[in-house]
Amino acid sequence: MKTYGIIAAFDSPAQLMEAAKQMRTAGYTHFDCHSPFPIHGMDEAMGLKRSPVGYIVGGMAALGATIGFSLQTWVSTSAYPLVISGKPFFSWQAFIIITFALFVLFGAFGAVIGMFRLNRLPRLHHPLFYSDAFARVTDDGFMVSVESGDAQFDEEKTRAFLASIGGQNIEVIRGEG
Amino acid sequence: MPAIDTQTYSFTDKGRFGIIALGAGAVGIVLTVIGAFTDSHTFFASWLTAFAFWTTIVLGALFFVMLQHVTGAVWSVVTRRAAEALSMTLPLLLVFFVPLLFGLHDLFHWTHAEEVASDRLLQWKSPYLNTTFFIIRGLVFFVIWIGLAWWLNRSSLAQDADRNPMHTVTLRKLSAGGIFLFAFSLTFAAFDWLMSLEPHWYSTIFGVYVFTGGFLTSLAFLTLFFQYLRGSGILAEQITTEHYHDLGRLLFAFTVFWAYIGGSQYYLIWYANIPEETMWYLARWDHGWHAVTLLLIFGHFVIPFVTLLFFRLKRNAMVLRIIAGLIVVMHFVDMFWLVMPTFSDGGVHISWMHFTAVVGIGGLVLWLFWMRYTAHRAIPVFDPKLEDSIAHRV
Repeated sequence: MKTYGIIAAFDSPAQLMEAAKQMRTAGYTHFDCHSPFPIHGMDEAMGLKRSPVGYIVGGMAALGATIGFSLQTWVSTSAYPLVISGKPFFSWQAFIIITFALFVLFGAFGAVIGMFRLNRLPRLHHPLFYSDAFARVTDDGFMVSVESGDAQFDEEKTRAFLASIGGQNIEVIRGEG
Repeated sequence: MPAIDTQTYSFTDKGRFGIIALGAGAVGIVLTVIGAFTDSHTFFASWLTAFAFWTTIVLGALFFVMLQHVTGAVWSVVTRRAAEALSMTLPLLLVFFVPLLFGLHDLFHWTHAEEVASDRLLQWKSPYLNTTFFIIRGLVFFVIWIGLAWWLNRSSLAQDADRNPMHTVTLRKLSAGGIFLFAFSLTFAAFDWLMSLEPHWYSTIFGVYVFTGGFLTSLAFLTLFFQYLRGSGILAEQITTEHYHDLGRLLFAFTVFWAYIGGSQYYLIWYANIPEETMWYLARWDHGWHAVTLLLIFGHFVIPFVTLLFFRLKRNAMVLRIIAGLIVVMHFVDMFWLVMPTFSDGGVHISWMHFTAVVGIGGLVLWLFWMRYTAHRAIPVFDPKLEDSIAHRV
């Protein structure tokens, strides 16, 4: 069976954070930290870059605003021009509300869809779930997982390294993902 | 250069901030008073502009204090003392309110008895818009604001002496009621002092508009002030990039909110197209005023919005300083834009008295602010949330 990677448990959020720093220093890149709640400063400890989701939202919002404004301009000036309370066909003031609404709507779509895509969701199963011990990360477990795809990965050496930084219940995960 | 004791956070050296502010203020007041005797009409309009500018900023600081107490905010504890000290300049602003009472005839159309006699709308409004009630309301507003500022400061400073965490609870309760009183009093103050310049015109959202500009500018003021202190090495380790980031986010939120409120007012009036409402915007578009209006849209909204949108730019001290400075200038343009079209018969005219009045009132306000701030510890040392506030991370 294919080796997915190795997991190791730590006692506390502080130890998990310390472990993340050690992993990063040792040159691991394909590893993740799992905890029942978000830990402040973990992004930095793991060396994660800022999520690009903000730029997706920004791009989508700009697109929404452009579509909203262009649609109304097209409808009001060429497709179906109507005189409404004596105002010009191109009354940009009247278009702002819908432009703004589409700006927000598309931005929200960008946030939701972008977040799902970047997290590779939805997915129904993950190899980490082969481990029974892993279920504890939704309760009181603090775990590090290292993927076999990491350039540094070597089953014996990585196992020894995790033990040296204080990892317990080290477990190799095998199975198809 | 000012300095503080790193253990007690008390000021050991007050530096020259107060003296410079006092000097500039005194010169500004003297020049403005000379102007008052040469051209009283321009003087009153300039004074009202400058008075509205500083009063809204100081009220913004009062709101900032109450908002932090009500929400139980942790990050802002280290910044609170400066906002508290700024709110304690309200008695001085009451003094600066008095000159306006001598210019009611110059400023407010509705004080002209002969005009009211021939104007049904003004007759209808006269139970509210009359000189006596106007003065009474002005005093009531100041009593509310000074009372709140005094109480908020007293309880906060008492905690420095007795270390009692119960003050934090008292302050929260006081702020919850205070914010309610504040909303009403500021709304009606904006109606009285700024909206009634055009007594035929009305907008129910006007108070929110004035409040938003003031609160936004008080955030910009706090940002600039802490960067000034940082230049002298004061609170450099207590007020960090994380706190500036939060101030930047609030600046972002309120520059958007300002545009939202300003836009809401404009679009409704544009849609309805009723002459007695549109005339207010026509006065701010014709005869060159469109340049000021566009300056506001770009300087008060578009530029800060696009800049503060970016994570890195909010955390960049230089960028934040430039944007905060821009917002302060734009708030003055905003007040100028609210007040001056009433007095301009064709064209945008800025008088030298606008500048001397802003420096005069501002210098003395900043002097009193500095005296208040340096008289006590620079941060509330026994606030139960202080440690978390210093360690705050975004």
